[in-house]
Amino acid sequence: MKILISIILLCVIALGTGLVLEMIPFGEPKTKIGEYYIDNGVEKTGAVNIVTAVVLDYRGFDTLGEITVLFIAAVGLGSVLFSSKKSDKDKKQEPASLILSTGCRFLFPLILLLGAYIFVHGHLSPGGGFQGGAVIASAFVLVYLGCPGIRVNKTGTKIVESLGGLIFITMGLLGLLFGGYFLLNFLPKGIAHTLLSAGIIPIIYVAIGFKVGSELAGIIDNLIGRP
Amino acid sequence: MILVYPLVFLMLVGALAACIFKDLMNAVISMALVSLIASILFYLLQAPDVAMAEAVIGAALTTAIFVITIRRTGRHEE
Repeated sequence: MKILISIILLCVIALGTGLVLEMIPFGEPKTKIGEYYIDNGVEKTGAVNIVTAVVLDYRGFDTLGEITVLFIAAVGLGSVLFSSKKSDKDKKQEPASLILSTGCRFLFPLILLLGAYIFVHGHLSPGGGFQGGAVIASAFVLVYLGCPGIRVNKTGTKIVESLGGLIFITMGLLGLLFGGYFLLNFLPKGIAHTLLSAGIIPIIYVAIGFKVGSELAGIIDNLIGRP
Repeated sequence: MILVYPLVFLMLVGALAACIFKDLMNAVISMALVSLIASILFYLLQAPDVAMAEAVIGAALTTAIFVITIRRTGRHEE
Protein backbone atom coordinates (compact mmCIF):
# COMPACT_ATOMS: atom_id res chain seq x y z
CA MET A 1 0.00 0.00 0.00
CA LYS A 2 2.82 2.39 0.95
CA ILE A 3 4.61 1.61 -2.32
CA LEU A 4 1.40 2.20 -4.32
CA ILE A 5 0.86 5.60 -2.72
CA SER A 6 4.45 6.68 -3.33
CA ILE A 7 4.29 5.53 -6.97
CA ILE A 8 1.06 7.49 -7.55
CA LEU A 9 2.61 10.56 -5.87
CA LEU A 10 5.71 10.26 -8.06
CA CYS A 11 3.53 9.99 -11.19
CA VAL A 12 1.68 13.19 -10.21
CA ILE A 13 4.98 15.03 -9.66
CA ALA A 14 6.35 13.72 -12.98
CA LEU A 15 3.20 14.83 -14.82
CA GLY A 16 3.37 18.31 -13.30
CA THR A 17 7.06 18.75 -14.09
CA GLY A 18 6.55 17.39 -17.59
CA LEU A 19 3.69 19.77 -18.34
CA VAL A 20 5.80 22.73 -17.18
CA LEU A 21 8.87 21.64 -19.14
CA GLU A 22 6.79 21.10 -22.27
CA MET A 23 6.29 24.85 -22.61
CA ILE A 24 10.06 25.39 -22.99
CA PRO A 25 11.15 24.82 -26.61
CA PHE A 26 13.46 21.79 -26.81
CA GLY A 27 16.80 21.93 -28.60
CA GLU A 28 16.54 25.52 -29.80
CA PRO A 29 19.55 27.70 -29.09
CA LYS A 30 18.78 30.62 -26.80
CA THR A 31 22.08 32.43 -27.18
CA LYS A 32 24.46 33.05 -30.06
CA ILE A 33 27.55 31.74 -28.24
CA GLY A 34 27.08 28.15 -29.44
CA GLU A 35 27.02 29.25 -33.05
CA TYR A 36 30.22 31.22 -32.47
CA TYR A 37 32.01 28.12 -31.14
CA ILE A 38 30.83 25.99 -34.07
CA ASP A 39 31.80 28.60 -36.68
CA ASN A 40 35.16 29.70 -35.27
CA GLY A 41 36.21 26.90 -32.90
CA VAL A 42 38.22 24.80 -35.35
CA GLU A 43 40.00 27.80 -36.81
CA LYS A 44 40.88 29.42 -33.47
CA THR A 45 41.88 26.36 -31.44
CA GLY A 46 42.81 23.73 -34.06
CA ALA A 47 40.71 21.06 -32.31
CA VAL A 48 38.13 19.41 -34.59
CA ASN A 49 36.04 18.17 -31.66
CA ILE A 50 34.23 21.33 -30.52
CA VAL A 51 33.54 19.88 -27.07
CA THR A 52 37.27 19.47 -26.50
CA ALA A 53 37.88 22.99 -27.81
CA VAL A 54 35.46 24.36 -25.22
CA VAL A 55 36.61 22.13 -22.37
CA LEU A 56 40.35 22.69 -22.73
CA ASP A 57 40.72 25.97 -24.59
CA TYR A 58 37.84 28.36 -23.95
CA ARG A 59 37.10 26.93 -20.48
CA GLY A 60 40.47 25.44 -19.57
CA PHE A 61 40.52 26.96 -16.11
CA ASP A 62 37.22 25.25 -15.22
CA THR A 63 38.78 21.93 -16.20
CA LEU A 64 41.66 22.61 -13.82
CA GLY A 65 39.05 23.11 -11.09
CA GLU A 66 37.34 19.82 -12.03
CA ILE A 67 40.65 17.97 -11.81
CA THR A 68 41.24 19.54 -8.40
CA VAL A 69 37.81 18.41 -7.16
CA LEU A 70 38.52 14.83 -8.28
CA PHE A 71 41.95 14.97 -6.60
CA ILE A 72 40.44 16.21 -3.31
CA ALA A 73 37.80 13.45 -3.44
CA ALA A 74 40.47 10.79 -4.02
CA VAL A 75 42.65 12.15 -1.21
CA GLY A 76 39.70 12.30 1.20
CA LEU A 77 38.62 8.76 0.39
CA GLY A 78 42.20 7.54 0.69
CA SER A 79 42.64 9.15 4.11
CA VAL A 80 39.39 7.61 5.36
CA LEU A 81 39.93 4.13 3.91
CA PHE A 82 43.71 3.80 4.02
CA SER A 83 45.10 0.80 5.88
CA SER A 84 48.60 -0.63 5.72
CA LYS A 85 47.41 -4.05 6.88
CA LYS A 86 46.87 -6.68 4.24
CA SER A 87 43.29 -7.79 3.87
CA ASP A 88 42.55 -11.21 5.42
CA LYS A 89 39.52 -11.82 3.27
CA ASP A 90 41.58 -12.02 0.08
CA LYS A 91 43.63 -14.92 1.39
CA LYS A 92 40.52 -16.91 2.23
CA GLN A 93 38.86 -16.06 -1.07
CA GLU A 94 38.53 -18.99 -3.44
CA PRO A 95 40.29 -18.48 -6.80
CA ALA A 96 38.14 -17.49 -9.77
CA SER A 97 37.38 -20.04 -12.45
CA LEU A 98 39.91 -20.55 -15.23
CA ILE A 99 37.62 -19.10 -17.91
CA LEU A 100 36.97 -15.93 -15.88
CA SER A 101 40.58 -15.26 -14.98
CA THR A 102 41.85 -16.00 -18.50
CA GLY A 103 39.16 -13.77 -20.00
CA CYS A 104 40.13 -10.94 -17.65
CA ARG A 105 43.81 -11.27 -18.53
CA PHE A 106 42.91 -11.29 -22.24
CA LEU A 107 40.61 -8.25 -22.05
CA PHE A 108 42.77 -6.10 -19.75
CA PRO A 109 45.32 -4.88 -22.36
CA LEU A 110 42.58 -4.38 -24.96
CA ILE A 111 40.59 -2.12 -22.63
CA LEU A 112 43.78 -0.21 -21.75
CA LEU A 113 44.40 0.28 -25.48
CA LEU A 114 40.83 1.56 -25.99
CA GLY A 115 41.24 4.04 -23.12
CA ALA A 116 44.56 5.29 -24.49
CA TYR A 117 43.01 5.65 -27.96
CA ILE A 118 40.13 7.69 -26.55
CA PHE A 119 42.31 10.21 -24.75
CA VAL A 120 45.02 10.47 -27.41
CA HIS A 121 42.36 11.26 -30.05
CA GLY A 122 40.43 13.57 -27.71
CA HIS A 123 40.80 16.58 -30.01
CA LEU A 124 39.70 14.65 -33.13
CA SER A 125 36.89 12.30 -32.11
CA PRO A 126 34.34 12.16 -29.26
CA GLY A 127 35.83 11.46 -25.87
CA GLY A 128 38.80 12.83 -24.04
CA GLY A 129 40.89 12.63 -20.91
CA PHE A 130 38.07 12.01 -18.46
CA GLN A 131 36.39 9.30 -20.53
CA GLY A 132 39.66 7.59 -21.48
CA GLY A 133 40.85 7.67 -17.88
CA ALA A 134 37.59 6.17 -16.68
CA VAL A 135 37.88 3.39 -19.30
CA ILE A 136 41.39 2.61 -18.01
CA ALA A 137 40.09 2.52 -14.43
CA SER A 138 37.34 0.11 -15.50
CA ALA A 139 40.04 -2.23 -16.84
CA PHE A 140 41.57 -2.28 -13.34
CA VAL A 141 38.13 -2.95 -11.85
CA LEU A 142 37.75 -5.95 -14.16
CA VAL A 143 41.07 -7.39 -12.99
CA TYR A 144 40.30 -6.71 -9.32
CA LEU A 145 36.93 -8.46 -9.51
CA GLY A 146 37.94 -11.24 -11.91
CA CYS A 147 41.40 -12.23 -10.67
CA PRO A 148 41.52 -11.81 -6.86
CA GLY A 149 45.00 -11.37 -5.43
CA ILE A 150 46.41 -9.05 -8.09
CA ARG A 151 47.04 -5.53 -6.79
CA VAL A 152 48.21 -2.36 -8.47
CA ASN A 153 51.41 -0.69 -7.24
CA LYS A 154 50.16 2.12 -4.98
CA THR A 155 53.34 4.19 -5.23
CA GLY A 156 53.14 3.95 -9.02
CA THR A 157 49.58 5.30 -9.16
CA LYS A 158 50.55 8.17 -6.84
CA ILE A 159 53.53 9.11 -9.01
CA VAL A 160 51.51 8.97 -12.26
CA GLU A 161 48.69 10.99 -10.66
CA SER A 162 51.04 13.72 -9.43
CA LEU A 163 52.87 13.88 -12.77
CA GLY A 164 49.56 14.32 -14.61
CA GLY A 165 48.53 17.27 -12.46
CA LEU A 166 52.03 18.74 -12.67
CA ILE A 167 52.07 18.61 -16.49
CA PHE A 168 48.67 20.37 -16.67
CA ILE A 169 49.77 23.24 -14.41
CA THR A 170 53.19 23.47 -16.09
CA MET A 171 51.54 23.88 -19.50
CA GLY A 172 49.33 26.61 -18.04
CA LEU A 173 52.31 28.42 -16.53
CA LEU A 174 54.25 28.12 -19.82
CA GLY A 175 51.32 29.85 -21.52
CA LEU A 176 51.58 32.60 -18.89
CA LEU A 177 55.30 32.87 -19.60
CA PHE A 178 55.09 33.01 -23.41
CA GLY A 179 51.82 34.81 -24.07
CA GLY A 180 50.80 36.51 -20.86
CA TYR A 181 47.68 34.37 -20.19
CA PHE A 182 47.34 31.27 -18.00
CA LEU A 183 46.64 28.15 -20.16
CA LEU A 184 47.26 30.05 -23.41
CA ASN A 185 47.60 27.75 -26.44
CA PHE A 186 51.16 28.83 -27.26
CA LEU A 187 52.22 25.91 -29.48
CA PRO A 188 51.56 26.03 -33.25
CA LYS A 189 48.06 24.81 -34.17
CA GLY A 190 49.18 22.60 -37.05
CA ILE A 191 46.85 21.21 -39.71
CA ALA A 192 43.35 20.39 -38.48
CA HIS A 193 42.22 16.70 -38.63
CA THR A 194 45.77 15.41 -37.99
CA LEU A 195 46.97 13.78 -34.79
CA LEU A 196 49.67 16.36 -34.03
CA SER A 197 47.52 19.46 -34.12
CA ALA A 198 45.75 21.84 -31.75
CA GLY A 199 48.87 22.87 -29.81
CA ILE A 200 48.79 22.06 -26.09
CA ILE A 201 45.33 20.38 -26.13
CA PRO A 202 46.56 16.78 -26.82
CA ILE A 203 49.36 17.13 -24.26
CA ILE A 204 46.95 18.26 -21.54
CA TYR A 205 44.42 15.55 -22.46
CA VAL A 206 47.03 12.79 -22.23
CA ALA A 207 48.05 14.15 -18.81
CA ILE A 208 44.39 14.25 -17.69
CA GLY A 209 43.84 10.70 -18.99
CA PHE A 210 46.73 9.30 -16.95
CA LYS A 211 45.72 11.32 -13.89
CA VAL A 212 42.04 10.31 -13.93
CA GLY A 213 42.86 6.66 -14.69
CA SER A 214 45.35 6.29 -11.85
CA GLU A 215 43.15 8.25 -9.44
CA LEU A 216 40.05 6.11 -10.04
CA ALA A 217 42.14 2.91 -9.96
CA GLY A 218 43.56 4.07 -6.62
CA ILE A 219 40.04 4.69 -5.27
CA ILE A 220 38.95 1.19 -6.30
CA ASP A 221 42.14 -0.26 -4.79
CA ASN A 222 41.43 1.53 -1.49
CA LEU A 223 37.88 0.15 -1.46
CA ILE A 224 38.95 -3.42 -2.18
CA GLY A 225 42.10 -3.52 -0.07
CA ARG A 226 40.30 -2.55 3.14
CA PRO A 227 40.26 -5.42 5.64
CA MET B 1 13.44 9.34 -32.87
CA ILE B 2 10.52 6.97 -32.19
CA LEU B 3 13.11 4.68 -30.55
CA VAL B 4 13.35 7.11 -27.63
CA TYR B 5 9.96 6.22 -26.12
CA PRO B 6 10.48 2.47 -25.48
CA LEU B 7 13.94 3.27 -24.13
CA VAL B 8 12.53 5.83 -21.67
CA PHE B 9 9.87 3.31 -20.63
CA LEU B 10 12.58 0.66 -19.99
CA MET B 11 14.51 3.23 -17.98
CA LEU B 12 11.47 3.87 -15.79
CA VAL B 13 10.99 0.13 -15.28
CA GLY B 14 14.65 -0.21 -14.26
CA ALA B 15 14.42 2.69 -11.81
CA LEU B 16 11.26 1.26 -10.20
CA ALA B 17 12.84 -2.19 -9.99
CA ALA B 18 15.88 -0.71 -8.24
CA CYS B 19 13.55 0.69 -5.57
CA ILE B 20 11.46 -2.45 -5.14
CA PHE B 21 14.00 -5.33 -5.18
CA LYS B 22 14.93 -6.70 -1.76
CA ASP B 23 18.04 -8.43 -3.14
CA LEU B 24 20.49 -5.52 -3.37
CA MET B 25 22.59 -7.14 -6.12
CA ASN B 26 19.52 -7.13 -8.41
CA ALA B 27 18.81 -3.52 -7.46
CA VAL B 28 22.36 -2.49 -8.41
CA ILE B 29 22.10 -4.26 -11.77
CA SER B 30 18.83 -2.46 -12.56
CA MET B 31 20.53 0.83 -11.63
CA ALA B 32 23.25 -0.02 -14.14
CA LEU B 33 20.49 -0.60 -16.72
CA VAL B 34 19.18 2.94 -16.08
CA SER B 35 22.67 4.38 -16.65
CA LEU B 36 23.18 2.30 -19.79
CA ILE B 37 19.89 3.48 -21.34
CA ALA B 38 20.72 7.06 -20.33
CA SER B 39 23.97 6.76 -22.26
CA ILE B 40 22.13 5.38 -25.32
CA LEU B 41 19.72 8.33 -25.10
CA PHE B 42 22.64 10.78 -24.91
CA TYR B 43 24.06 9.16 -28.04
CA LEU B 44 20.71 9.42 -29.85
CA LEU B 45 20.49 13.10 -28.85
CA GLN B 46 23.91 13.65 -30.53
CA ALA B 47 26.05 14.06 -27.43
CA PRO B 48 28.63 11.26 -27.85
CA ASP B 49 31.09 12.75 -25.33
CA VAL B 50 28.54 12.72 -22.51
CA ALA B 51 27.32 9.28 -23.63
CA MET B 52 30.84 7.88 -23.24
CA ALA B 53 31.28 9.38 -19.78
CA GLU B 54 27.86 8.13 -18.67
CA ALA B 55 28.49 4.60 -19.97
CA VAL B 56 31.87 4.29 -18.25
CA ILE B 57 31.20 6.06 -14.97
CA GLY B 58 27.47 5.36 -14.51
CA ALA B 59 27.23 1.82 -15.82
CA ALA B 60 30.70 0.43 -15.02
CA LEU B 61 32.49 2.21 -12.17
CA THR B 62 29.47 3.04 -9.96
CA THR B 63 28.17 -0.50 -10.34
CA ALA B 64 31.58 -1.90 -9.45
CA ILE B 65 31.81 0.26 -6.33
CA PHE B 66 28.33 -0.86 -5.24
CA VAL B 67 29.16 -4.52 -5.92
CA ILE B 68 32.33 -4.26 -3.82
CA THR B 69 30.39 -2.59 -1.00
CA ILE B 70 27.65 -5.24 -1.10
CA ARG B 71 30.27 -7.98 -0.99
CA ARG B 72 31.69 -6.37 2.17
CA THR B 73 28.33 -5.82 3.91
CA GLY B 74 25.08 -7.71 3.34
CA ARG B 75 23.34 -8.81 0.22
CA HIS B 76 19.73 -8.70 1.40
CA GLU B 77 17.71 -5.84 2.74
CA GLU B 78 16.38 -6.19 6.34
